[in-house]
Amino acid sequence: MSGNRRGQVWGQAAVLVLILLLCVFPFYWMVTTSLKTHVVALEAPPVWIFEPTLENYREALFEDGVLLTLINSLIIAVVTTALALALGVPAAFALARFDFRGKRDLWFWFITNRMVSPIVLALPFFLIARNLGLLDKHVTLILIYLTFNLPIVIWIVTDQFRGVPYDLDEAARLEGASQFRIMRSICLPLAMPGVAVSAIFSFIFSWNELMYGLILTRNDAKTAPAMAVSFMEGYNLPYGKIMATSTLIVIPVLIFALLASKQLVRGLTMGAVK
Amino acid sequence: MRGKVSRRTVFAFIGPAVIGLAMVGIAPLLYAGWTSLHFFNLTKLRRVKFIGLDNYESVLTDPVFWEAMGRTFALLGTALPLQIVFGLGIALVLHQPRLSLLKTLTRLSLVLPMATTYAVVGLLGQVMFNQKFGVVNQLLGGVNVNWIGDPNNAFIMIIFWDVWQWTPFVALVLLAGLTMVPVEIEEAARLETRKWWTVLRYVQFPYLVPGLVAILILRTADTLKLFDMVFTLTRGGPGSSTEFISLMIQRVGFRGFDQGLASAQAIILLIITIVLAQLYIRAFYKEV
Repeated sequence: MSGNRRGQVWGQAAVLVLILLLCVFPFYWMVTTSLKTHVVALEAPPVWIFEPTLENYREALFEDGVLLTLINSLIIAVVTTALALALGVPAAFALARFDFRGKRDLWFWFITNRMVSPIVLALPFFLIARNLGLLDKHVTLILIYLTFNLPIVIWIVTDQFRGVPYDLDEAARLEGASQFRIMRSICLPLAMPGVAVSAIFSFIFSWNELMYGLILTRNDAKTAPAMAVSFMEGYNLPYGKIMATSTLIVIPVLIFALLASKQLVRGLTMGAVK
Repeated sequence: MRGKVSRRTVFAFIGPAVIGLAMVGIAPLLYAGWTSLHFFNLTKLRRVKFIGLDNYESVLTDPVFWEAMGRTFALLGTALPLQIVFGLGIALVLHQPRLSLLKTLTRLSLVLPMATTYAVVGLLGQVMFNQKFGVVNQLLGGVNVNWIGDPNNAFIMIIFWDVWQWTPFVALVLLAGLTMVPVEIEEAARLETRKWWTVLRYVQFPYLVPGLVAILILRTADTLKLFDMVFTLTRGGPGSSTEFISLMIQRVGFRGFDQGLASAQAIILLIITIVLAQLYIRAFYKEV
């Protein structure tokens, strides 16, 4: 009986390790390929042991301008997140605390925005941006990213505000505090964990986005994913450099995702799954 | 008493967000609606003219549109069952007692694929699935499969990547469902029977239903959105073998320059999305 039990534990451990390896292996391969010289990267069959070099990173960052596109991506993701918080936090407070008509319609609208294919908005946004001279400008991406950031921020923060006891509001109102004051001084400090998670989500989605970056930027505001894709032109592809760029793009995202890992599923399902 | 405030206060809090979202999320849609009713080609902008519903008629009678839709649902129809089977398996293993450190590590590793930049997944596919120097063919025992250049293989490769990236999501959603089962009920059931299948079917399954509904709707929406990963990996090719609906609309609008026709396709896609969103809110936001 106990031998059987031990066998089960080993089986379970083996399955867990297999799952872990399947999840992690592509990242291992990405990083090792990024450390190969151009010649080694093209060896067939691929080699597993080789002398690592940082040459791909140096070339990509400083000769091909990946550094500038990473800075563009950073500026765009940070500003759009700040804007989404500035607009979204008060809206979330209203949704959590006030009764008014049309609440359900608002939710419906947010969820539609969460689900809609970016190409639906990219077509008209391209024409509008072209007419207004807004192509290849940071502000264009900052604004269009609000279409998915604002709903996610509002959803997560509303949920967090609902968890703040209403008695606190009541007490503050008796003291004569305005609604704005109640939000800022009482509810917001208590809702900070939710605000932080929503900021992480907003950053990840903006940083990861490719299609709008591809269609709405050329050089000045080019984002890092769009840059990585532009290496794919031509015949003799610089795979090591492409993987170096990919690694640089993915590292911050993975760190943030691990930080928010407990809330990731809840956020991705807009709260349908607790 | 709760929530009695003036209309003006409500507007002060929620107005900026609604106006902002309307400007970036609704105004462009109205413009797309206008474009869809016109002959509107980026290379012939002097000849823009109103043509009523002609673009919609073209879309609905265009085999290319229906083929792209069929392809999109073929991907969903193969990837999603695999994700649910593997995801449920992973969730059940993670739900077992013991080995808590290893389980925590595995759960953390599950977070990585779904957070990864879609475009990077596509680029990684270029490297790993390459016929000559790709590690996938090496791991399969030195086979010589042309993944990217062959229509059928390219489709299988996209399924593989979609399953890799989104099985963890399904697993974590289902794991959340499993942890909702009250411990006493599950323990009582395990005293009654030693068959895991019986416990799953009669005790755990009811708690998995909401998660499954969420997975079904969200994965449908996400497959209709799918663009970045496929664009960086195959650009919809070879031929049109991996040209899913969002890629097809992008090609018509930006590589074929027919913004009128592409807008009509986009509006039809939007209508499908609205139906999905409606189903989602009916299923999960009863109390709002």
